[in-house]
Amino acid sequence: MKYLFALLLGLVFGAVAASLLVVFNPLVSSASLSPIEVSRNELIVLNYSGVAEDAVLHTNNGESSANPQPARVQQLWEPAVRQTDVTVTLLSGARNETVGLGIKFASWSDTTQLLNGEAVVDSLWYVYMPGRGSLVVGQRENRFEYLRDIVLPAHWSSSNSWKGQWRGNLTFGPGLLGTGVAVGGSGEFAELDSAAIETLTARAYSTENGPVAAEGQLTIEIPAALPAGSLDGDVASGNTPAEAP
Amino acid sequence: MFKTFIVGLLLGMAAVGGVLYAVPVVSQHREASIISVRTNGGNVETFYVSIPMDRVLLGAEGLASPVPPDLVWPEGMLSGELNAELFKLRNTRDAVVGVASRVAARGPDQEAIIEWVLHVPARGSAYVTMQPEALEGGYRSGVLRHGTREFGSLRGSMTERWVAAGAADDSPGDGRIELEIAFVAVGGSEE
Repeated sequence: MKYLFALLLGLVFGAVAASLLVVFNPLVSSASLSPIEVSRNELIVLNYSGVAEDAVLHTNNGESSANPQPARVQQLWEPAVRQTDVTVTLLSGARNETVGLGIKFASWSDTTQLLNGEAVVDSLWYVYMPGRGSLVVGQRENRFEYLRDIVLPAHWSSSNSWKGQWRGNLTFGPGLLGTGVAVGGSGEFAELDSAAIETLTARAYSTENGPVAAEGQLTIEIPAALPAGSLDGDVASGNTPAEAP
Repeated sequence: MFKTFIVGLLLGMAAVGGVLYAVPVVSQHREASIISVRTNGGNVETFYVSIPMDRVLLGAEGLASPVPPDLVWPEGMLSGELNAELFKLRNTRDAVVGVASRVAARGPDQEAIIEWVLHVPARGSAYVTMQPEALEGGYRSGVLRHGTREFGSLRGSMTERWVAAGAADDSPGDGRIELEIAFVAVGGSEE
């Protein structure tokens, strides 16, 4: 009997030890500096609020910690999209002036492998900047450190929240140097084929509301061959399919 | 007894490692793709958006009836009449397979910009830039500008078409947007 008890105790201790080792794996740490940040090319830096309530629109399956915004937005409850978040947010420049609109599609990826310290999210940013043009940034994000350093401590905390200062580089692919891919669509970005990264700075997180104080940053490298600087221009709506003759 | 404890410890660690290795933490639901093969090469797939049922967002400056109704659009902050829409995306079996955005605006030279992003979580995303002029029959065509994952190795075109609902109890704005994509693998021929 005592041998069975010892075996069971060992199993429990072993499972707990392995779980802790996965979470606090000392071999898992992302690069603190992205190659883009030391690039000599021009960089476009777009800032946005990482708080769902600050977004123009944020929707998910309705069960995530970040509540859909506004309250009456359709939720993504269907099986094929229930692990997907969509955020529509204003993007601001270095002087905090609004420079564009961003739409982010983010879905948890089948390639997530916690043993390797990879909590993978496949995401794509659509960026429209009035007077400049449009582009997309496709990337694979690794949110393992975000979950380990912020979300888990918030759930362990008696106050169900986390406060601190955390800055992380979310992007870890598909570029060879851990960067995302930026591709232009129109305007001065029409020929753009470059790299980009997304970073997140978090200061407070609540298990009930998700990020409470957080700012995101999208950094896009503009190769020297592309025209730099913003152009003036007004923006007008195009036709919807319903208006097509 | 201590040896038994150590054996249990190792078994427990191995069990957790094995479970994490073998059992996927994330499993995206994937609807079977409904693709037909064209005679001249390439694959054709059709997606639908039912209006108003699948519209998640309709935002523009000064819009009287935005979607959702409690949407607060950033009036005056985007210098113009940007028109942004978000939809749920359906396959031909009427199952939701993803989400899509459609942005219509004007570029720096006042040229019209109409762009789609199709995001199918189990497969990837496609970024399509459309020709602003509608073709005969109410079609508008565009090209795949960029794709991720399954769409990453493809190139090709997409058409959008508005199909008005025919039922008597439908509102004038009811109907569906039909998106037909014709993609081929890079290196193949696309007409």
